[in-house]
Amino acid sequence: MNIFKLSFRMLRRDWRAGELRVLAFALVIAVGGMTTVGFFADRVQLALSRQGNQLLGADLIIFSDHTLPSQYAEQAKRQRLAISTALKFPSMAAKGDNSLLTEIKAVTAGYPLRGELRISEDFGDTSPRTTRIANAIPAPGSAWVDEKLMIQLALSRGDTIEVGTAHFIVTALITQEPDYSIGFINLRPRVLINTVDLPATGLVQQGSRIGYRLLVSGDSGEVENFRKWAQSRLTLGERIEGIRDARPEIKAALERAEKFLSLAALASVVLAAAAAALAVRRFTQRHLDGCAVMRCLGASQATMLRLYMYHFATLGLIASGAGCLLGFVAQGALAFWLSGLVEAELPWPSVWPAVHGLLTGLVLLLGFALPPLLNLRSVPALRVLRRDIGMSNTHSLTGYALGLAALSVLFLWKAGDVRLGASVMGGFAAAIAVFGLLGFLLVKALSHMRGQTGGALRYGLASIRRRATASVVQAVALGLGLMALLALTLIRDDLLQNWRTSLPPDAPDHFLVNIQADQLEPLAAFFNQHKIAQPPVFPMVRGRLTAVNDKPIASGDYNDIRAKRLVEREFNLSWAQEMPSDNQIIKGHWWKSGDSGKAVMSMEEGIAKTVGVGLGDKLTYDVAGSTFSATITSLRKVDWDTFRVNFFVVTPPGVLEKYPATYITSFHLPPKQMDVTNQLIKAFPNLLVIDVATIINQVHKVIEQVSKAVEFVFLFTLLAGLAVLYAAIASTQDERIHEAAIFRTLGAKRWQLARAWAAEFAILGGLAGLFAAAGASALGYVIGEYALNLTYTFNPSIWLTGVLSGMIGVTAAGLMGTRSALSTPPLITLRNI
Amino acid sequence: MSDNLVVRPIVQATALTKQVSTGDEQLTILENINLEVNAGDSVAVVGASGSGKSTLLGLLAGLDTPSSGKVHLDGEDIFLLDEDARAALRGRILGFVFQSFQLLPALTAIENVMLPLELAGISNATTAALELLERVGLGTRLKHYPRQLSGGEQQRVAIARAFVTQPQLLLADEPTGNLDSTTGAQIIELMFELNRERGTTLVLVTHDEAISSRCAWRIRLAGGKVVN
Repeated sequence: MNIFKLSFRMLRRDWRAGELRVLAFALVIAVGGMTTVGFFADRVQLALSRQGNQLLGADLIIFSDHTLPSQYAEQAKRQRLAISTALKFPSMAAKGDNSLLTEIKAVTAGYPLRGELRISEDFGDTSPRTTRIANAIPAPGSAWVDEKLMIQLALSRGDTIEVGTAHFIVTALITQEPDYSIGFINLRPRVLINTVDLPATGLVQQGSRIGYRLLVSGDSGEVENFRKWAQSRLTLGERIEGIRDARPEIKAALERAEKFLSLAALASVVLAAAAAALAVRRFTQRHLDGCAVMRCLGASQATMLRLYMYHFATLGLIASGAGCLLGFVAQGALAFWLSGLVEAELPWPSVWPAVHGLLTGLVLLLGFALPPLLNLRSVPALRVLRRDIGMSNTHSLTGYALGLAALSVLFLWKAGDVRLGASVMGGFAAAIAVFGLLGFLLVKALSHMRGQTGGALRYGLASIRRRATASVVQAVALGLGLMALLALTLIRDDLLQNWRTSLPPDAPDHFLVNIQADQLEPLAAFFNQHKIAQPPVFPMVRGRLTAVNDKPIASGDYNDIRAKRLVEREFNLSWAQEMPSDNQIIKGHWWKSGDSGKAVMSMEEGIAKTVGVGLGDKLTYDVAGSTFSATITSLRKVDWDTFRVNFFVVTPPGVLEKYPATYITSFHLPPKQMDVTNQLIKAFPNLLVIDVATIINQVHKVIEQVSKAVEFVFLFTLLAGLAVLYAAIASTQDERIHEAAIFRTLGAKRWQLARAWAAEFAILGGLAGLFAAAGASALGYVIGEYALNLTYTFNPSIWLTGVLSGMIGVTAAGLMGTRSALSTPPLITLRNI
Repeated sequence: MSDNLVVRPIVQATALTKQVSTGDEQLTILENINLEVNAGDSVAVVGASGSGKSTLLGLLAGLDTPSSGKVHLDGEDIFLLDEDARAALRGRILGFVFQSFQLLPALTAIENVMLPLELAGISNATTAALELLERVGLGTRLKHYPRQLSGGEQQRVAIARAFVTQPQLLLADEPTGNLDSTTGAQIIELMFELNRERGTTLVLVTHDEAISSRCAWRIRLAGGKVVN
């Protein structure tokens, strides 16, 4: 027999009869919400990383200390990626008798591929200068210089400078260079020239210290493919970097952004699951009689199972497809609405969110439809004679375990982060268990209260007790839904707020490096004079790692390119009594006040991992010709996106003081006082001033955009929440219609019934709200603390919000949903029984 | 009607007993029932409410399992079969008419009648269903849903559904129980007519003496035992 045909026909009939609307609605909203989140998150993430890439000047850069093999550029061209090259090397630049060590950068047309190169023709002292975006690179024979060089060589527009054996006419002042901030080291004054002029300088020779760069940009998928292709072909001295490799601050901000968005998506997955479970439960309840009749008419269990499996799979495909379509349309509307808010133009999303949505819809439906379906096939045929015989619940537990397992896989997959996925999933699983148990206990306890109450409340309590299982299922589902919404609200408001405060508007945006001990006082006077708050100053000793546990090491001992570089380079070592507030101990302990002078150190965990050392390891550094050893007693996690001065290695006071130290500080400079940097450079020519305002702005923008995106995504989660509410109310609808008919036949007035039901819904909503508040507080804490690394402060108002919103929401929705039950004439209902 | 149909028992119950436990007590619903219904016969099972009539019907159809005893349907010991095999057997030889009609609310009249044929994988379900609905006088109500039909009409649809598979044995459980007397009489008339036309064996559960008197013979149950 063609069961599929029959099942399709039954699907059509069920649809026509309105049997599937609740389930289909829940699925469409759920998949729709999820794909919207998926599509939008995809687009925002693409836009965010592209915005991040503006700081890099490209989507990807290959760095090399030798001429780059042509294979990279050729491959990039084959993949239709835009390319541009840049050469960087230190050289003296001279005007007349004055000369200065500068960083020369020679670029080819197209530079920069991402972000803006801004220049000014205004060489005067005026502030702010009029600037414009450079739409080309310096013409052959001309050079663009930065402010430092202009000040120190007293350059004016049209002056000639000498670089190597070539002469250049200075035609513009660089005011913003996209890749300026990559790497804090060696920030010498900059000169930008055209690559065609390089040979004339005579500086590119065998043995010259030249950094070669290939800048690549284009379609994100192709860039990723190129990255993979190139990664495996890198040789010694070559490395590849995207924005995430280059800037830890932007990397941290982007990662948090991604987590926020996936959390919002995950919340709608939970809601979808709850809605699907409720809707399928109702469907099976309504099909018990039909199944018994079919069993009676000769259908085998296998036939029944296949019949409904096809039925649901087809429904799942159609509803998920419709959901994907809805998601696509909604994200289009969202992108349009946000077009003024998100500065970057949103790139087109990939098809993956649609595939994910489709799969998610099917997995959810089957995960949560299968257990009741398994029961449906074993409905005893005897039910045709004795309606009191229901279905066994033998498959419920195992079945829902399957659903939960399917959901867990989805979580881990959607979260893309095992820790986050596991904590959210574990939270929900524990919540279901605890809510279920509490629900049963509370329903039992409440039913004992029935004797002490009167009127509507008494009837409401009686109804809850009578429908004990259904009531607990409803309360758990509603509780889960509310919990997801509350948790998301918490995360959105509290955690986003914490993120914002971690980078306040007056966060330090300028670093001062290379301060000498004897300059500390004059510098403090300078800050006083310019009414800038005295920033904390940190000592810094430079040392090269030479041995681990007394065993000498060399870069050749490491395979990892980053580790090799770390070993070749000098570390910045510092000392402090107190741990900086934005640091967190992961392992070990910070020192006590009596530990001054002890040879111990605290290391940043990432660096420790790269170098392959841990607690108890003894590290030896070469500091200005003498050796210094200390044992690691703690590993720290550093919040790089706070823009405060941080060190990979810190010791207690009294250890490093005998070595030559320079000092470093960071401070906030209001935009109005930007000319202070010029005066600073004039007053302290040896200081390096590093301006990170651009990066801070970028991080601020990321935070703002993510906040808005999360708010929008939240709307969809809210819609999914409504689907749960609808499904929960509908799950007892039939019983209510029946009940209303009997009560009204017995003379009950409509308002009496409505009041009794309102009492029942209010109790249910209150229970759900209570569950939700408890669950959301726990979840907020776990997610904040362990997954997002943000401190979560408990919010007592959530209990009131949870219980009240549960009571009001469920009562309102319940009464709206049961309107038809109240208005159906009793005779019609009773005739249909 | 051929001779061999008359002599062969289509349904045979031997020492059929059904007990259920209610808490600590064992309640005997049916006790040691023996009966034999030959093909073409019409039998009424009568008795007061709670006498075990419906339980007996459920056991004869293999919808329920006995505590002890046997039921042979068309020569087959049905309790040696598993539930699926019993379902297949039901689909092959049984037709049902219930007190509460048991139509599927999501299906129209004709779809309800087509259902047993579709489950059995028979291809010309529409033609057969159409023919029977016309026979029961509902040729103009094919696309109506159960809720749009009166009780009498719903029971006619149920009768059409019972006969559409051309069953050898029709089991009817209080077919007029939910109907007024006039409609009930029409339904009984229709059922007996079809029964005669198609040579179906009929086992009818009723507490209505008038209806039972139309059957060839009666089994009276009281307290779970056959009393006549």
